Amino acid sequence: MTWLKLSFQNSNSPLMEQLIFFHDHTIFIIIMIMSTITYMMLFIMNNKFINIKISENQMIEFIWTTTPPIILIFIAMPSLHLLYLMDEIKCPILTIKIFGHQWFWSYEYSDFSNIEFESYMMNDLNKENFRLIEVDNKTIIPFKFNIRLLISSDDVIHSWTIPSLAIKIDAIPGRMNQINLFMNRPGMYFGQCSEICGINHSFMPIQIESINLNKFIYWIKNF
Amino acid sequence: MVLEVDGVKLETAPWDPRFPNTNQTKYCYQSFLDYQRCKKIRGEEFDACQYYKRVSKSICPNAWIDKWNTQIEENRFPGNI
Repeated sequence: MTWLKLSFQNSNSPLMEQLIFFHDHTIFIIIMIMSTITYMMLFIMNNKFINIKISENQMIEFIWTTTPPIILIFIAMPSLHLLYLMDEIKCPILTIKIFGHQWFWSYEYSDFSNIEFESYMMNDLNKENFRLIEVDNKTIIPFKFNIRLLISSDDVIHSWTIPSLAIKIDAIPGRMNQINLFMNRPGMYFGQCSEICGINHSFMPIQIESINLNKFIYWIKNF
Repeated sequence: MVLEVDGVKLETAPWDPRFPNTNQTKYCYQSFLDYQRCKKIRGEEFDACQYYKRVSKSICPNAWIDKWNTQIEENRFPGNI
């Protein structure tokens, strides 16, 4: 176990970087409020004097009514900004369709050729594999490009998630949900189904292999 | 955005201002319907029809296209072509 597990995974997309900044910003505000309140409570509890100026004090009433909304504005503005940024789709070069099934994911790349495959959790345990998170057919996606993901389901609601890319989107039967994906660097990125979908909900992981465009084209040609 | 690498043309359905939300179900259905209408009037080989065909292929799940094609063949497709 490393300390990394207490916090977010390393970010791999501009959006996740911004979300981590937003998280740190909000936590900073929360700590400031918590420490001020704790200090005030301890101070009042340990104080035997009763301040005569505390009742009918218009000024202090005014301040403690107006400051919370102002603090909330400082949280709400970046939050809304990020919320709408996550919905944005920016001229994609590729569309990948993802379908949730009980209990595996299937992928379709149908812009140029008809690539379809299913990805199941890898069952054989050896020293090279990560337990319960590795799949047999990895999703190959080029990095530094905007990719459109369309997520749907064949049976019940699933949720397709990659924490290091700030993607979590429900797979709903009969509906195509769209999200933008942009990766900064090559590597393997993992995720798990995030909507309870039946007995094997924990055993349908997601694995993305991020590679450069030339290797991706090579993979397409040799599929 | 169109990108050509090693003879493979990377091109997909563009962002459509009619469907600005997360839900793209209608984008799929509408482009499939447009392709069928275009095919009926201009024939399959017409250039503009090929555009709709490509978009519906990119956006629609293959299973849905197969299902709708069967419905059209059996003359029970609910859409107005």
